[in-house]
This record gives sequence, structure tokens and C-alpha cells, in this order.
Amino acid sequence: MGAGQSVRVEDKLYTLRWKHDRTTHIRITDPRVCADRCGDEWRRPCTTFCPAKVYEWDPEQARILVAYENCVECTTCLTGCPYRVIDWRPPRGGFGVQYRYG
Amino acid sequence: MEKFDAIVVGAGPAGVAAAATMARAGLSVVLLERGEYPGAKNVMGGVMYGRMAAEVVPEFWTQGAPIERVVVEERLWLATEDSAVSVGHRSPAMAYHPDGCPNAFTVLRARWDRWFAQKAEEAGALLVPGTTVEDVLWQDGRVVGVRTGREEGDLYAHVVVLCDGVNSALVQRAKLRDHPVEPHHLALGVKEVVGLPPEVIEARFNLEPGQGATIEIYGAVTRGMSGYGFLYTNHDSVSVGVGVLVSHLMRTRIPPYELLEGLKQHPLVRPLLAGGETLEYSAHAIPEGGLAAMPKLYGDGVLVAGDAAMMVNGLHREGSNLAMTAGRLAGETVVEAKRRGDFSARTLSLYAAKLEESFVLKDLRKYRHLPELAERRPDLFGTYAELANRAAHEMLTVDGVSKRDKQRKIWRELTRRRPLPFLTRDLYEVWKAIR
Repeated sequence: MGAGQSVRVEDKLYTLRWKHDRTTHIRITDPRVCADRCGDEWRRPCTTFCPAKVYEWDPEQARILVAYENCVECTTCLTGCPYRVIDWRPPRGGFGVQYRYG
Repeated sequence: MEKFDAIVVGAGPAGVAAAATMARAGLSVVLLERGEYPGAKNVMGGVMYGRMAAEVVPEFWTQGAPIERVVVEERLWLATEDSAVSVGHRSPAMAYHPDGCPNAFTVLRARWDRWFAQKAEEAGALLVPGTTVEDVLWQDGRVVGVRTGREEGDLYAHVVVLCDGVNSALVQRAKLRDHPVEPHHLALGVKEVVGLPPEVIEARFNLEPGQGATIEIYGAVTRGMSGYGFLYTNHDSVSVGVGVLVSHLMRTRIPPYELLEGLKQHPLVRPLLAGGETLEYSAHAIPEGGLAAMPKLYGDGVLVAGDAAMMVNGLHREGSNLAMTAGRLAGETVVEAKRRGDFSARTLSLYAAKLEESFVLKDLRKYRHLPELAERRPDLFGTYAELANRAAHEMLTVDGVSKRDKQRKIWRELTRRRPLPFLTRDLYEVWKAIR
């Protein structure tokens, strides 16, 4: 237990199947909030609570990069973004994650 | 324009129960599912309840239902980093109701939901998978249908039954709630299905073929957050996972997959999973806000059931049973509305009355203060798990110290860690939340 161990979520995501759509189902509606407010006030929690590591902070571009292809559609970001600037919609019908066990 | 009696959004336990109930009564029902197949998007720890499933599909256990294992033993661990105090109950008699219906059994939702939805189809419902509902349609202040993502995808019905799961956007679109779910009313569960041969599972969990065990783990495994870990045995796999409040994840910044890995590496868990191969990783939000966070349950031409309506009893890890019962009651309500020829909120309010009489709202009412306690006092889990383990360790260490002295030592340590006024307050708060 404890904080020290390294876990590669990529290894876990490797067990999953998706039917990828060509376009994203996730948009950041106001990226300035991530840059100007969330960093100081919340340290951008989407970069840690997302179980599929969809959200990553890019300091050079000063914005959140969204790897929508990784999304497992848990819907946590709908609630967990402190400023509600994550516009998450269900992927188009039939697209997205496809659990075989669930 | 084709018009159905009812549109059900979401082919999970609630949606299937609603659709099957209405179709069986002769109503025209369309069951929309955004996954390519029912279950494609659905995750839970894995315990399903037979009594409520049988109210939707009578004698389901004789009809090839994908039951993984029938639960004969439930264990609860209060864990520290390397030890646990364990309580549990094992009883073959608990496993089945007198009519042969299994009480509780493990399932894998991608398999179960597919089978369950097929039963609604057999009852006459039209299942349309691969279809996302984007909005509800209004006319004269009533919900009259849904807008799907398909071309010319507007569908009309007397009633729309929303069973589209946790964080339902449609509940807001239907004006049954005016704000998104709060982070302290939501848990995130992460899980792995770990493949192991059936005979290895049976040896490790002390089971006969077909029998299953559940273990819920409170304490150090959630690393100071409110929630618990779990192990559920499937036929040839074990579901291992952990769920914690999103508000606590936001604060601690512990990535959920690290939490899961920590659980898998716990010295008491590791041997149970040794040699297993992870077949699938999954994650899903769980509505944990209880009664206070429920949306309005009905409106003109609309009802909501299951996770979309916050119907989860977290303490007893129940949810699928609440969903199936609520879905069935929603279905019965629409059947009655059809008979009366009135689909207004006035008639649909019958649904809320039926829920009030059922265990669904009775249980949620009983535990209505628990979500607030869980949010405010994540320390309770860790503190008392640790104290219980220290006490057990002291009593069970045979070192020549008399038992009375050991008892005194335990009491001293307990009151040092939680002075009597605090201890009393903790006990009172917990009692108040679960009485």
C-alpha cells in the first residue's frame, strides 16, 4: 500500500475495448479557468481523479489536453470539475467503451 | 408519426424492469440503449439480488441466467495496512429463498444486462441499442418524447421513463433536478476482473462449485477517504475493486488506479489473487447522495428510476435491487396511467406513492443522514479499523500479561486516541446515521 508505488494506468486500459469515434465527446468549455483559477485553487483535480487519465495538464500550452479515446464513460468529470467547465456528452450511439465483463 | 405508449431510456436493471413490466401488460414500449449491446457501458461491483430479479423475470434462475456464483458467505474486514479484524456470516440456508430463488449472486454486467434485456424483448419491448438520447421533447409543458442521435431520430410516447444511469443529463433536461450531482453525493468505483480457475477460487475462498463469497474491506485500503474495497467471486474470475467519494478524491489527489493497485497488493488480498490475470479494468460513478439528493421522481409524461434517481443504499452495497424494483413500479404506474388515459404528473405521482410503500424509499429514508456523515468524517473508517486491530492484536498475543491488564491497556489506548467525549460523539453520530 502507500503512495510510493508506480502504477501504469496504460497497462490497465490495455485490457479494454473501444469503438472510437472520429471526433471527441469531451470539450473544455472555458480553458482559461483551468489555467487561471483551477491550478491555484484546486490543482486541477481532473488530472488525478479520472480513472482513465483522460485529462493531462500541458504547461507549455497552458491548457488541459483531453485524450477522449481513453474515456471509460464513468461520468465522474461531470461532477468532479470544480468549475464545471468539462462538457462531457455520451459518445454517439454504439461508440465508446465496450465492456465485455463490466 | 409513430407514437409509443412508453419510451424507456437505458437498458440497465431499472430500464429492463420497466420495459418488461409494461410490455407484458400489452403496452407498446421502445427500450433505447446507447451501448452497442445492453451492458456495454455498465459496471458494478457485482452483487445482484434474486427476489427483485424474479419480480421482473419469474424463475429467472431456471432460464439460463448468467449467474456467476450464488453467495453463501459475506465477510467484512476492518483493515490496517497489514492486518484485519474480520466478521462474517456463512450459511447455505441464506443462499436461497424457500422457492429456490437465489438471495444474492454475483454477475458480470456485460453478460447479465444482455440476457436481462432479452427478457424484456421476449415480453414484447422493442430494444434499440446503439442509440444515444440527447434530449427530451416538450409540448405544452409536458414531456412527449426524446431526441436521439439518429437521423430523424425524434420518438414520441405518452411517457418517457428515464433509466439512463448516474449523472443523468436527461433528469435535468426533464426539469426533475436543476443542478448537477454534487461531488460529495458521488463515489467513483474502480475495479478489475481477475481471471482464475474455478477450482483455485473455490479453494482460496472455501467454496463448493457454484458457491460464492463476498468480502467488503473498510479501513486503510481507502487511504483516509470514505468508501470501501471489495472482493466478489465470479465463476472463473474475481472482481476486486474500491469505491470512494469523489469529493475526497478531489482533495487527496490519489489517482483511483493507485488506490486499486494498493488494494490488490494488500497482504491479505494479494494471496487471494496470486497468479491471476487481469481480464478487464473498469470504472464507474456511483450515486451515493441518498434521499436528500434524489431528483423529483415524476413529472408530466416522465418518470425516473435507478441510478439516475440516486437509488443506491451504499451501506448495504445495494443498488441493482432498488433499480429493478423502482423500474417495475414505474412500469406498473404507466400501465395504470394508460388504463386511466391520463399521463399527467397527477397520475404518475402514483409511482412515488408505490416507492414510499416499498423498501426502496423506506431504506433510503432510514439512512438519509449517512451520506453527510461519510462526507464529513472519512477519518472514522481508518481510526476505528486501526483501534479494532490493535485490540485484537493485544488480546491474541500470548506474552504472560494477564487478560485484565491487557483489557486495561486496550482501554487506555482507545481513550488516548479517542478521549471519551469524542468516542461518545462518534458512536452517537454513527448511531444517528444508521438507526
